[in-house]
Amino acid sequence: MRISGKYWTLIFLAALIAVTPLFFPSGYYFRVGSLLFVNGLAVTGIVVLTGYAGQISLGQAGFAGIGGYACALAPVHWGVPPALAVVLGAAVSGVLAYLVGRPILRLKGYYLSVASLGFGILVAMVLNNERELTKGPDGINVPDIGLRGLLSDWGLNLTNGEFWYALTGICLLIGAWIALNLQSSPTGRALRALHGSEVAASTVGIDVARVKIQAFVISAIYASVAGSLMALQNKFVTPDIAGFLHSVEMVTMAVLGGVASVPGAILGAGVLTLLPQVLTVLAEYEQLILGLVMMGVMIFLQEGLVPSILRWFRGRDE
Amino acid sequence: MRKTLITTVPAALIALGLATAAQAVIKIGASVSATGPAAFLGDPEAKTLQMMVDDLNAKGGIKGEKVDLVLYDDGGDANKARTFATRLIEDDGVQAIVGGTTTGTTMAILSAAEDAKVPFVSLAGAIDIVQPVKPYTFKTPHTDRMACQKIFADMQKRGFTKVGLISGTDGFGASMQAQCKDVAGDYGIGIVADETYDPKDADMTAQLTKIKNTAGVQAVLNPGFGQGPAIVTRNYHQLGIELPLYQSHGVASDGFIKLAGAEAAEGVRLPGTALLVADQLPEGDAQKPVVTAYKSAYEAKYNQPVSTFGGYAHDGFALIVDAISRAGSSKPAAIRDALEQTKGFVGTTGIYTMSPEDHLGLDLSAFRMLEVKGGGWTIVN
Repeated sequence: MRISGKYWTLIFLAALIAVTPLFFPSGYYFRVGSLLFVNGLAVTGIVVLTGYAGQISLGQAGFAGIGGYACALAPVHWGVPPALAVVLGAAVSGVLAYLVGRPILRLKGYYLSVASLGFGILVAMVLNNERELTKGPDGINVPDIGLRGLLSDWGLNLTNGEFWYALTGICLLIGAWIALNLQSSPTGRALRALHGSEVAASTVGIDVARVKIQAFVISAIYASVAGSLMALQNKFVTPDIAGFLHSVEMVTMAVLGGVASVPGAILGAGVLTLLPQVLTVLAEYEQLILGLVMMGVMIFLQEGLVPSILRWFRGRDE
Repeated sequence: MRKTLITTVPAALIALGLATAAQAVIKIGASVSATGPAAFLGDPEAKTLQMMVDDLNAKGGIKGEKVDLVLYDDGGDANKARTFATRLIEDDGVQAIVGGTTTGTTMAILSAAEDAKVPFVSLAGAIDIVQPVKPYTFKTPHTDRMACQKIFADMQKRGFTKVGLISGTDGFGASMQAQCKDVAGDYGIGIVADETYDPKDADMTAQLTKIKNTAGVQAVLNPGFGQGPAIVTRNYHQLGIELPLYQSHGVASDGFIKLAGAEAAEGVRLPGTALLVADQLPEGDAQKPVVTAYKSAYEAKYNQPVSTFGGYAHDGFALIVDAISRAGSSKPAAIRDALEQTKGFVGTTGIYTMSPEDHLGLDLSAFRMLEVKGGGWTIVN
């Protein structure tokens, strides 16, 4: 049996997630790992939207905010178990993405960027100002997800860091699997067709608006789940999660690694998650170095790290 | 023979430059917001911590043990603060943490510190940090509720019963607005006007006009932070409002007078700490030596005026050092117990007496009612 490239990617990713902890000198690395996986998950959603469909959203953080606050509010106000609140947040994000996207995505061009930008800012404003519900800019506590206790009842004792490393790692694998499957599905092919040319795509019978909305809803759900995982892990969430800078950060991660490639986007998330941790000794120059890295990639590796490097290798083979 | 060995071996090590590696080192961690939107709080905090640890080690550390400060800049981001807290605890292996410049970053550090049972002294204002009491969390700044109480007590003394509020919608302003409305009744004070502004607004004339035209207002209170209160003060002056204006402890710095202009700020009252009026404190004031020493050392080293916020960090670090030397141990649990037993410890913010029910340890006497006169702060009695 021949294993396709898609499964090689997943096997490689799974092996990486499973093996690296053997070399972790302390529990802190589990935390960094799980941050990387959460960012990777959000960025995988951007691959579907931007990489496959060629649409740009500057409001992904808004969906992360909805996911995060769903886990803070639903368990307290409606008694929803925190793990189910993740699903609830994802559902709300998906519906909102549909409502925002439906009128906008009938249009061509960059309207989605502007609309999603506005949407993200709106979510951040609501989270900041609806103090009765969200406790405002100081943030709000998030209940414990409770799964760790369940696991220890079954005899699997994990530290908090290990638990979150494993959970977010599994979520990332599932997210990557879905995104990779999508790539070669009819919907994925339709998305890539309209990325190339909307006119050409519609002449071969693709409902361009509908497929674009699907991509936007999928990416919103990815961002929402990532936001939920972040909030549950921190047991605390502030409106910063929905801030414009967070949206830009996610797009930057995707573009850095290679926006049309799932492993590329995850690598981009990895680089931009690890770099600030490595650069703490040079804290004053952190922004400068990040900027230089971004510029270097944009000038010399225009498709992002992974696609450019792959192309270079293939070019040498020929 | 043995004695010579004890003295010569360290001497030899110092000669080799290995002294720090050979000595037992106490590690204290810090995550403050030295950059980002809260930098005006976090920057003096970071500088203060750095200065104090250098100073302490120059004097020989705590009972001969050097103190190693691991300092991170979380940029005011709660998620980053949480990561740095994990890093301090798991990777750097610190025995105590000081930091958490904003309430958001403090709450993020708090859960990591409580899980790992590492004592944490927060530098943020909100009352939720220590109420209900969490075993390993302490804090140095007084709460916004106490600021409201101090202000209302002063208003009561001056015979005011009807007050107008104009608050910023940022975390600080919103929290203090809620606390002030909650305690106003205790002082026989009614809130007759309640306006808000966005911290980024450049003009608050509309809100102030509305307060000015409210019947019966006797004084105005502005819970807020950053440049908003300075703009309020300027607009207040431009509108020619004659009523007394009270600001919060959030703007207790010389920078506020500069930003608002000495003329507009004239007569503004706020609850501040002894640090702002170090040279005016009467001889014999318990806080005088502490605030004078901190002020002169900080201003000599960094060539900029001290701020209340740096003072919070001063007290946080000093409390931990005091606890370690009293505990005679640098085990986190021992530091925690000693912190809780702090009694009559003189800091720049006030005199701390902690207990199992009170992890702040300050009362209203820590605040001094200050008034701007001729472009500087004076103490009101």
